[in-house]
Amino acid sequence: MPIIEVKSEITGNVWKIVAQVGDLIEEEAPIMILESMKMEIPVTAPETGTLVEICVTEGSTCSEGAVVARLQV
Amino acid sequence: MMRKLLVANRGEIACRVMRSAKALGIDTVAVYSEADAGALHVALAGQSVAIGPAAATESYLLADRVLAAAIETGADAIHPGYGFLAENAAFAAAVEAAGLTWVGPAPQSIDNMGDKERARAIARAAGVPVLPGSERFAPSEPPVEAAVLEAAAAAVGFPLLVKAAAGGGGIGMRRVDDASGVAAAVAATQALAARAFKDGSVYLERFVPRARHVEVQVFGFGDGRAVHLYERDCSIQRRFQKVIEESPAPGLSQATRLAMCEAAAALAREQRYRGAGTVEFVVDADSGEFFFLEMNTRIQVEHPVTEMNTGTDLVAMQLLLAGGGTVPIQAQQDVTASGHAVEVRLYAERPLKGFLPSTGTLATFDMPATGNGLRIDAGVRAGDTISHWYDPMIAKVIAHGESRDAAIDRLLAALAQVRIEGVETNLLFLQRTLDHPSFRAGEVFTGFIDAHKAVLLAK
Repeated sequence: MPIIEVKSEITGNVWKIVAQVGDLIEEEAPIMILESMKMEIPVTAPETGTLVEICVTEGSTCSEGAVVARLQV
Repeated sequence: MMRKLLVANRGEIACRVMRSAKALGIDTVAVYSEADAGALHVALAGQSVAIGPAAATESYLLADRVLAAAIETGADAIHPGYGFLAENAAFAAAVEAAGLTWVGPAPQSIDNMGDKERARAIARAAGVPVLPGSERFAPSEPPVEAAVLEAAAAAVGFPLLVKAAAGGGGIGMRRVDDASGVAAAVAATQALAARAFKDGSVYLERFVPRARHVEVQVFGFGDGRAVHLYERDCSIQRRFQKVIEESPAPGLSQATRLAMCEAAAALAREQRYRGAGTVEFVVDADSGEFFFLEMNTRIQVEHPVTEMNTGTDLVAMQLLLAGGGTVPIQAQQDVTASGHAVEVRLYAERPLKGFLPSTGTLATFDMPATGNGLRIDAGVRAGDTISHWYDPMIAKVIAHGESRDAAIDRLLAALAQVRIEGVETNLLFLQRTLDHPSFRAGEVFTGFIDAHKAVLLAK
């Protein structure tokens, strides 16, 4: 079962993490919501898989291209 | 007149407010967050005060901190700009209670217009048309009779939306085009709303399929007198934010324009409104009918469009009124508008990636020379960092011409000279939109970008 990295497309603050490690996440479903330039931007699962790691915490800043979560697909 | 003005904002609007203040001989004070220590608005101010970390909730939104900065520097007035604390009635009241001049409407006006239901009621009382809506229908056993629902629907008019009273974000809305579908749509929406919001109440509201966003600039004197400074069309939007604004609104009949402007002025008079405000309407692009949406009790981002057409300085008018000076416009006959003005908002964003924000450092920021019908309100310069903390707008470019086409041509010529490196922007997208045949023809509506995305967002 390969593990894939979920990356942030933008620089922003981690506003809300909406999934938990162990959850089965459907493709395109949100894992967390980032806040950047007054917009709320979801980070979604690129493929359906089980969330095995969340690499950021609410309130922290992440940069463009940073790995924010890992999924087992 | 005030002597020293604290500008409780950042970016282009802070720079813009300071320009008018300086022209009136008023000293200026900037406030800034840690992220903005080197920002243009700080450099332009006579004095500046650090008010906290980068996050707006820990700096620009802290009313106590901003007020303390004013008192500490001996400022005797505060201008809020737009956003942040501009429509915070408690802040406005605190400024006045501290004995300082609040450059804005009375706290009560901010409060009244901030409450959507109260704002609609006040608009109705002033004779301003509001979007027709029905009473609420809660789920019941037996259900409300179809004849009752159909009568309510006929009073609202078709097409209409059945909406969940507790809902938001369009969840559970159903469109109904004639009386036969009303009862079924109400029952289905009630069931969905009961599941999603634990409140099954629904109501009916007129739906405008091809909507335009047209707003009217008003200015009140606080004594029951108010004037309008004509309208702005702001229909070109992405992510519910405006991208292009212009005045006059293309294709609207003179009768509709004047009726809207007069309705907006009446609403301002009704409230004894003080200072600059904007009354927003949704306009049916097909029928020309207009309905009150909300009133913004502050200076608006797109105010330069109005200034270009009317030859006014709205910020100076705000300052003069608040400071007890003489406002150059006193009655409707003092307001004249000529030609056409178009504004674009340059955003640091990636249009081809769903308009996601783009951050970075501005390695290059070259703008064309202004004057001769071209105005640029920028809040940044080369070397500045565009961070994720604040709004993506980096500049507004506004052109005026004798005709709409002349204004668009002038704006396109100016945009062709813009050079920005270090962040991605919507420059190409703006150029494509301005030059799109449908935009040139004035066929604007809020769904414009989506309807023409194949061309506007082509790779």
